[in-house]
Amino acid sequence: MAEYIIKNGHVFDPLQGIKGDKADVAIKDGKIVKDNQVSSKAKTIDAKGKTVMAGAIEIHAHIAGPKVNIGRIYRPEDKLFTYTPKKGNIRMAGGTSIPTTFKTGYEYAKMGYTTAMEAAMPPLFSRHVHEEIRDTPIIDEGAFPVFGNNWFVMEYLKNNEIENTSAYCAWLLRATKGYAIKLVNPGGTEAWAWGLNCLSVNDPVPYFDITPAEIIKGLIEANEYLGLPHSIHIHPNNLGNPGNYTTTLDTLKLAEGYKAKNKFGRDQVMHLTHTQFHSYGGDNWANFESKSKEIMDYVNKTKNITIDTGNVTLDETTTMTADGPFEHHLTELNHLKWANVDVELETAAGVVPYIYSPDIKVCAIQWAIGLELALMAKDASRCFITTDHPNAGPFTRYPRVIKWLMSAKAREAQIKAFKNSDKVIAATHIAGMDREISLYELAQMTRAGPAKSLGLASMCGGLKPGMDADVVVYDFSPDKPVANPDQIEAAFSRAAHVFKSGVEVVTNGEVVNNGNKRTIWVNAKVKENPQVMRDIQEKFLKYYSVSQANYEALGHHFIPNPYAIEVDASQ
Amino acid sequence: METVTITMKNQPALYLEADNVAPDKFAGKTAPQIAELHVYEGNTTSTLGKYFEVAGNAGATAADTRIVVKGDVKKVKYLGMKMSAGELVVEGSTDLYAGAWMSGGTMLVKGNVEAFAATGMKGGELIIEGNAGNYLGSAYRGDWRGVSGGKILVKGNAGSDVGQYMLGGEIVINGNADVHVMTHAEGGKVTIKGNAKSKLGGQLVDGTIIVFGTIDVMMPGFKFVDNVELEVDGTKAKFAHFIGDTGERHKKRKGQLIYGNLYKKI
Ligand SMILES: [Zn+2]
Repeated sequence: MAEYIIKNGHVFDPLQGIKGDKADVAIKDGKIVKDNQVSSKAKTIDAKGKTVMAGAIEIHAHIAGPKVNIGRIYRPEDKLFTYTPKKGNIRMAGGTSIPTTFKTGYEYAKMGYTTAMEAAMPPLFSRHVHEEIRDTPIIDEGAFPVFGNNWFVMEYLKNNEIENTSAYCAWLLRATKGYAIKLVNPGGTEAWAWGLNCLSVNDPVPYFDITPAEIIKGLIEANEYLGLPHSIHIHPNNLGNPGNYTTTLDTLKLAEGYKAKNKFGRDQVMHLTHTQFHSYGGDNWANFESKSKEIMDYVNKTKNITIDTGNVTLDETTTMTADGPFEHHLTELNHLKWANVDVELETAAGVVPYIYSPDIKVCAIQWAIGLELALMAKDASRCFITTDHPNAGPFTRYPRVIKWLMSAKAREAQIKAFKNSDKVIAATHIAGMDREISLYELAQMTRAGPAKSLGLASMCGGLKPGMDADVVVYDFSPDKPVANPDQIEAAFSRAAHVFKSGVEVVTNGEVVNNGNKRTIWVNAKVKENPQVMRDIQEKFLKYYSVSQANYEALGHHFIPNPYAIEVDASQ
Repeated sequence: METVTITMKNQPALYLEADNVAPDKFAGKTAPQIAELHVYEGNTTSTLGKYFEVAGNAGATAADTRIVVKGDVKKVKYLGMKMSAGELVVEGSTDLYAGAWMSGGTMLVKGNVEAFAATGMKGGELIIEGNAGNYLGSAYRGDWRGVSGGKILVKGNAGSDVGQYMLGGEIVINGNADVHVMTHAEGGKVTIKGNAKSKLGGQLVDGTIIVFGTIDVMMPGFKFVDNVELEVDGTKAKFAHFIGDTGERHKKRKGQLIYGNLYKKI
């Protein structure tokens, strides 16, 4: 493999505490090495006056699988006029909020992202998820199977059977080649199959007679029993409704008293995702307001949780979630087309297009809340930037979100451009905030932080010798004052160089190599558990529309380049 | 105004996508430069000059440019796409997406057009002397934001799904129309001088349909209101006035629900 030495760049690496010092980064055999360990044949990359960081990590995006594909199928208008023809080894690619798998890989890579997590894998359709992951070039990916409305989980946890829940989770992670335990509107999606929902953590789930709080606490315990690399990853109840911040606080408080148990250096026991959608005050759309401060006051003082933002980007996009009842609520609001699927014993999903218009007050307030969360974060390594792609906006807008976070001037210009500027200012905190996120904090929010939260900190998100050589050079000088905030957006849109596991995949903002994409999954060993195995067999015979043998995602077709993280909970 | 004449000389083996044949794209170019504009035949990018003889230089702007398309262009798509000004005359018949997304100027097709003519039209005028295919003046596949302005005249018949998701503008069909007219439209007007079949105004939110001839089957969601006298295109006549689609949501204006209107000549 080629050797490289990236010379004289301003390095930002929170893992090693490097804050923009001029340093060289050396790459050999796919790994970062000490700069005296490369030979004289190493290719020199001149990074003078440029910013050098580890590859960025996407902790939560909907980029592969059946609901993404439903979006693609029923929104041909999302692809209109966007296709670029095949060029060399770069495939034809297109789409805006629901890009093709190829475009997904290319666009992440061009921005300097080298790892991404698909945030909601319906276990029954894990084969489809993995086929799309396989066809998404360059970036390493993992997928989070959803557990929060799963019949096995609810039945075991009703009787507080943590060991059985853990054994089932381990089996499902292995069967679906999943990465972490995801919860979406715990209990609420199952309740919706009965025409109901769970809007608080104490609303009982019909038939199963369990509450969201019991599901959440039980899965925290199972997660730590197994010692998985990531914590539970939760989309809490009551998403998107005015006044929902109390439900969010109730959810966060469920983590109190739990300590992370794992060998990966992870500290949190709960990751709360797209927090913007869960930080709302008021009790209707007229008095809708930001409760970012209430949420961040709690997050800042509570060390065992991490969050991501879910920034609204003010675009036309496609919402998609396993929160079936929410998507129905949304189509009733905006009258746009709705797709809905029930996934047997496991989950459901809905898809609705959405236009976040700067002329609509609520959308502008949502925009403000997403930014406020990041700007109020005292510890940038526990608050990560996402757009909950494509729910609050396409991931391709990260450079714009970064611009808003790094420049008070850019935020001011956007606030002024809102049609209801005064009302938006009155309902939010954004106008008074002058904090500007530094490049170091940006590296915490997009590299070191998500890597640690995912339990991948020894592998990626940093530039320590021995780690995977995921390295990005941005044409952005930390020394020079930024005359126009658009320079920030331009620099982070198209990296000057991107290396993925030591292969140069992007040069001058263009994809030059398809890399060696891996699928990351977690292989958790537990004690033999005949009861759980018997339960699984029985449910497949009784309820599932497929046989157990046709359920698992196995082999080269689905996962041609697996990377298994081993966990042993059998002792 | 300057005229550029393009004449088919080499028929494509596959269908040709000629989205550059519009006054906006030709403006300011000489004949040899126009011949260099791209076209797609299947997955192969090629030049207009490979298939067409190009004669005459374009005007400085789209408004100063007139294009005449001669020869057999039945296998050519996207003629007049996104044109905003000037003139385009197609002497024969043409394939899909004629005048799609046009926003100004005049396009005249002397023969027939295939499906999706004037998709997403915003302004200008499209005149079809022959027949139109399906989805005339409709939204792009999947989109709920259809034709918002402009005028379409079909001297012959139109296929199914005229004016789907229409928001504004006007379509006049001198002949007959097939099933589905103004499905889910929220504005605009479609006049059918001949006969209509069925499913007129299904999910119609707002907008107007006028039919001079017969309607095979009325939608059950339409309600008779009264008989009215209307003047349409200089013709005064009596029409039965229906409102609908009563099965669809409707906006309110001054406390009153606004329905779509269907007028049938009696
Ligand atoms: Zn999500």
